[in-house]
Amino acid sequence: MPKQSPIPDDLDRPFYEAANEDRLVLQYCAADDRWQYPPEPVCARCGSAENLSWRQADGSGTIYSYGVIYDTPIASLQPDQPFNCAVIELDECREIKFMSHLPGTPAGEVPIGAPVRVIFQETPATGQKVPEWQIVES
Amino acid sequence: MTAPTIHPSAAGMYRTTDGLGLWPYRGKVAAVGIGHSPTMRRWDGDPQTSIGAWCILAVRKAIADAGVSPDQVDGLVFDPETSTGAYWPADQPVPADFLAAFEQTRDPMDGLAQLSPEWLLKNMPELTNVKFVMLASHCMSMAVAATVEAVGRGMTNVCIALKGWHNFAGRYYHSGPNALPTVSGPGKHTPQSWAGPTSYGTAMQFERYTHKYGGSHDMMAPFVVNSRANGLLFPEGYFAQHRDTPITVEDYLTTRWIAKPANLFDNDMPIHAAAAYVFTTAERARDLQQPPVYVLGHGGGGTVRGDSYAPIAPRSSVETLEEAQVNAASTARRVYEAAGVSASDIQFENCYDGFSLFHVFWIEGFGFAGVKEGECLDFFQTDISINGPKPVSPSGGNIGSGRTRFWGWTDTIQQLQGRAGVRQVKIDAHCGLAGAFMPIWSNFAVFSKDPG
Repeated sequence: MPKQSPIPDDLDRPFYEAANEDRLVLQYCAADDRWQYPPEPVCARCGSAENLSWRQADGSGTIYSYGVIYDTPIASLQPDQPFNCAVIELDECREIKFMSHLPGTPAGEVPIGAPVRVIFQETPATGQKVPEWQIVES
Repeated sequence: MTAPTIHPSAAGMYRTTDGLGLWPYRGKVAAVGIGHSPTMRRWDGDPQTSIGAWCILAVRKAIADAGVSPDQVDGLVFDPETSTGAYWPADQPVPADFLAAFEQTRDPMDGLAQLSPEWLLKNMPELTNVKFVMLASHCMSMAVAATVEAVGRGMTNVCIALKGWHNFAGRYYHSGPNALPTVSGPGKHTPQSWAGPTSYGTAMQFERYTHKYGGSHDMMAPFVVNSRANGLLFPEGYFAQHRDTPITVEDYLTTRWIAKPANLFDNDMPIHAAAAYVFTTAERARDLQQPPVYVLGHGGGGTVRGDSYAPIAPRSSVETLEEAQVNAASTARRVYEAAGVSASDIQFENCYDGFSLFHVFWIEGFGFAGVKEGECLDFFQTDISINGPKPVSPSGGNIGSGRTRFWGWTDTIQQLQGRAGVRQVKIDAHCGLAGAFMPIWSNFAVFSKDPG
């Protein structure tokens, strides 16, 4: 679906550059053994950037919960209403949550707890890719 | 008049950490006056109904209700922001009749789409003795908590807590960044750009809630129906004034979705309105016009760092159900500790409900009526009305009276004063709870007929 194209900034440019290469990278603090997303200037636990680096994640996860959007104020999303907006928790770190429109899953037919895998989709305005998730069929 | 000291932040007034113990001013601060403007769906362009004019009106009514003279008011706490999502169009000039109607400051938005201390005091010349002004962000709850703390500490003796909300033509959030094909800023990673409706986060949490504990969205119907019914008994509220029609269960179950499982009636309707309260010391309150309602304690949630008072940041891109539950329970623990009461002492509650689904988390967090995690939907199937043993949201809240986040404060004070009229709860209520707004950012207080 034609979502808004994110404009990378200094903080999240590595995340979006990796997405354009079909890779999911997240910040990781080696001192705290802690993944972090969304990107922050420092580790939210230790307050330092010293041990913070970008690490590739597998991207597999499960559906934590979802809502179905019928009345969004975001113009680019309106033609596809109703649409799913799920919260994905990553297997690497259950505390890390991503938003996903669950491409391929009909609106409202979202199985909480189902396994998902990451894919990457282009956004129309700039071509910037973003991570999305699809249900893994058993 | 000497220029008042203006405190640009109220962050130092909030009790957002654990272990602070009993509030040192328990029973020593009292609510003594209430003032409301009328309500309106959107501003009609008349200078005398601008949000500035209605804030002035609310303050004057509160002062008159308390029976103090304006020159006895020495404190003022309010939120200079008056919007939750409606902004004056950048290409539209400020109406000349509005500018002519009031003493203006350098900012033409003052009194129209915001409120500065300078504008308010210039246009309320009768407030000759205000020495203490504090700005409290976002919510009447933040203003009330800061006010009662300030009175308790002796920073002010007769203090007004004020909140105004403007609303203009057009739909919330449909212009500006949401109309663009690109997105910048932190919203790239959050529901702000992936979903859109502000009720999405709560809806998503509620979906997780029913997955975890069972139950269904339909079980919210008694709460929403009850809220509107109570709102229609609230003469100060929007629906009592403009749309005197109850919601039926069928209405609730068949209305359109916004962000399923949040439907139209789960979303509070933005309106244009203002309210003010007068707080003073228990000693001063004794000989005033209205029965004093004593503050036993207050507490809240949020992150205080210096002058900054911000929401509790979620661990990742969105607040989860479990985080909301922890945050609500933490706030409740602080409030009870401050007030020296327990859940069983609370006879009625006016917790935040805009969006309605929030109310579940607050009732469970506070353990109102003995309700534990996962039990609230079943509780809603019992008698939660003003006639029942444990009245829920007798104000009607934001769902029943429009988005202001202040109805619960008014109702709690009125109930304990015995001034709630046809909305008066049938139990002999001595102790009630009010507060708002989200579990990540809130302030609540326990009120009592007795100083304790």
